[in-house]
Amino acid sequence: MYLNKCKRGQTVRIAFIGNSDMRVQAIRLGISEGEVIRCEGILSAGPVLVSKNNQEIAIGRGLAGQIRVELVS
Amino acid sequence: MHCHDSGIKINTAPGARKIVLAGNPNVGKSVFFNALTGLYVDVSNYPGTTLEISYGMYGPDLVIDTPGVYGISSFNDEEKIARDIILSSDVIINVVDAVHMERDLFLTQQIIDTGIPVVVALNMVDESERQGREIDIDLLGDLLGVPVIPTIATKKIGIDELKANIDNARQGHIDPVLHKKLHFLHDRVGDQGEALLILEGDPVVAERHGIEPGLEREEIYLQRRARVNDIIGHVIRQTNKGARWEAILGRLMIFPLTGVPILAVFLFFMYKFIGGFIATDLVGFTEKTVMQGRYEPFIRGLVGHYIPIHTAFGKILIGDFGILTMTVTYILGLLLPLVFGFYLFLSAFEDSGYLPRIAALADRFMSGIGLNGRAVIPLILGFGCVTLAMIVTRLLGSERERRIAVFLLGLTIPCSAQMAVIAGLISKISGLYIITYGLILFTVLAVTGTLLNRLLPGESSELLIDLPPLRLPRIENVLKKTVTKSYHFLVEAIPIFAGGALLIGILQVTGLLETLQKLMQPLTVGWLGLPKEAATVFVMGFVRRDFAAAGLAGLPLTEMQIVVGLITITLFVPCIASTLIIFKERGRREAFVMWSAIMSLAFLIGGITAQAYRMLGSVKGVLWAALAVLLLAVIIGRIPKSNKKVLSGGITHGS
Repeated sequence: MYLNKCKRGQTVRIAFIGNSDMRVQAIRLGISEGEVIRCEGILSAGPVLVSKNNQEIAIGRGLAGQIRVELVS
Repeated sequence: MHCHDSGIKINTAPGARKIVLAGNPNVGKSVFFNALTGLYVDVSNYPGTTLEISYGMYGPDLVIDTPGVYGISSFNDEEKIARDIILSSDVIINVVDAVHMERDLFLTQQIIDTGIPVVVALNMVDESERQGREIDIDLLGDLLGVPVIPTIATKKIGIDELKANIDNARQGHIDPVLHKKLHFLHDRVGDQGEALLILEGDPVVAERHGIEPGLEREEIYLQRRARVNDIIGHVIRQTNKGARWEAILGRLMIFPLTGVPILAVFLFFMYKFIGGFIATDLVGFTEKTVMQGRYEPFIRGLVGHYIPIHTAFGKILIGDFGILTMTVTYILGLLLPLVFGFYLFLSAFEDSGYLPRIAALADRFMSGIGLNGRAVIPLILGFGCVTLAMIVTRLLGSERERRIAVFLLGLTIPCSAQMAVIAGLISKISGLYIITYGLILFTVLAVTGTLLNRLLPGESSELLIDLPPLRLPRIENVLKKTVTKSYHFLVEAIPIFAGGALLIGILQVTGLLETLQKLMQPLTVGWLGLPKEAATVFVMGFVRRDFAAAGLAGLPLTEMQIVVGLITITLFVPCIASTLIIFKERGRREAFVMWSAIMSLAFLIGGITAQAYRMLGSVKGVLWAALAVLLLAVIIGRIPKSNKKVLSGGITHGS
């Protein structure tokens, strides 16, 4: 499954980030491969909102489509 | 002092240290900066950018503030500047947000890896406590290998202790494997920080030393992230987690159902304040009373004494469009109050954490026109001053986005000066005509953006934005930012507006202005269906807004003619200064194409509207036609583009 298909409230583990620049930025923000994040919803068919602990990040839809995730719960 | 690559040249006493404040965006660095340096602070533009760097003195030592970043490398201007200032520092005060330690400590560890002595200010410990976080501060200090001082900067708690610990700053713990690699390269480049950046593949630093950039960035980053996560696991104990009002409001702001109304309320207040108070009352005073009432007669008298006003030179200096008359009035009387007002809101939005949320909210629409949510900032600023907004497009992630944004700003966004003309005219037409006008403009924006997005080669960058917690902005910080930004705008704008006035002055003196007006007449009468005097209005509107207002208002026009006139004026490149800034930002060739295209489109679309009305016979017909075109654009925009999008340094949210 890719992140742009996730549903509100789902917890997912990031399996693979397809874009190498994005991968590096994501590591800094703490959402690198292997991390468990929560999907907080998709904003008006646009960016995907994810959270980890107290942190919230909006990810553009196209980018979210390049992030493969595994469903945790 | 090794100031050589920090870009700022300051004379300090021998033996003085360079203390640098570093941290993620919105962690409260500026409060520490003010506490250390007091009132005497200098702000300079970082060479080649619009970013302002503050510096001041703490005792004999120099203190420099850096832009908020999530890491140091070459992803964007903020990072490059932060990187160079950090690499040239003697001591670093790293401000860490206790609520967002997972994110912030990445930068902390990266700074530690540069080998520069660090002291960490763990800020907002009260907030993290309220969120049920227990942090073992002593253990954190042990694991990082540097002093960690808990602070609540806004309440001045911990500041004195931090000051006392600047001398205790030391090199922290570095991963042994990384250390070995660094050591090897250190011998070659002579500086551990630069060695680190080269290992991490930073192309700029590598080139400085004539070394191939390393390929291990991802590996080092992952290793660092793992180390940070491990530290977090040891020092934080999360007890409970209650949702607070900030978190709830923050959520409401980004989901469209609630976010759009909230944004509408803020924009309404902004409109009331800037459009009502500043543009009418304040500008009425500064422009009419002070500048035109006092200043202009004074300068005319003074200069006219030596250079008569009726000579060519006199006209250029103190004539109707004179450099010393119109330009000064325009910049100080009109633009400065407006720009100040816009920056006031922008700074408050930025400091409160609302700006990235607006970007997230607008991202879907913006990505349809080849931009991402971040571009909403220049588009909003465009309503204040298009020239200003075009300068601000520099914050966008790619050349392609800058190109699209500048074009859309020039074409579709009416600046406040144009809006003054528009407001005067719009009061003369009824609701249906106003809606038609608005819809046609929006359609032009959507269609042009969609087409540019389709036709321009390359890809725009995607949104990846950290949403910081909402905080009440601090008034002194907001004011300081506003003053600094307004000042830098003035410095940048004055030569451009003066150049514009000079150009117009020459056109007037040589009689070319009149020729131009005559040349335009067939276009206005035949194609737009307006009276021939309208040509004068278009040319003069380009020169000075109140001429256009008075001009059009004085003509006997039907409601549809007003709509056509309004559309054409709005789509026009707003003024001579914005024309010049297009040339400055986009280069001669591209700017020439852009400017000609915008001007042609203005007349083309105005004309099509007039012709459509002639053919369809009613304003409703025109309205439906515009709606149909808009729908078509939406459908075209929905057809997916097959190629992948790139991300280019778009994760910061400040400007």
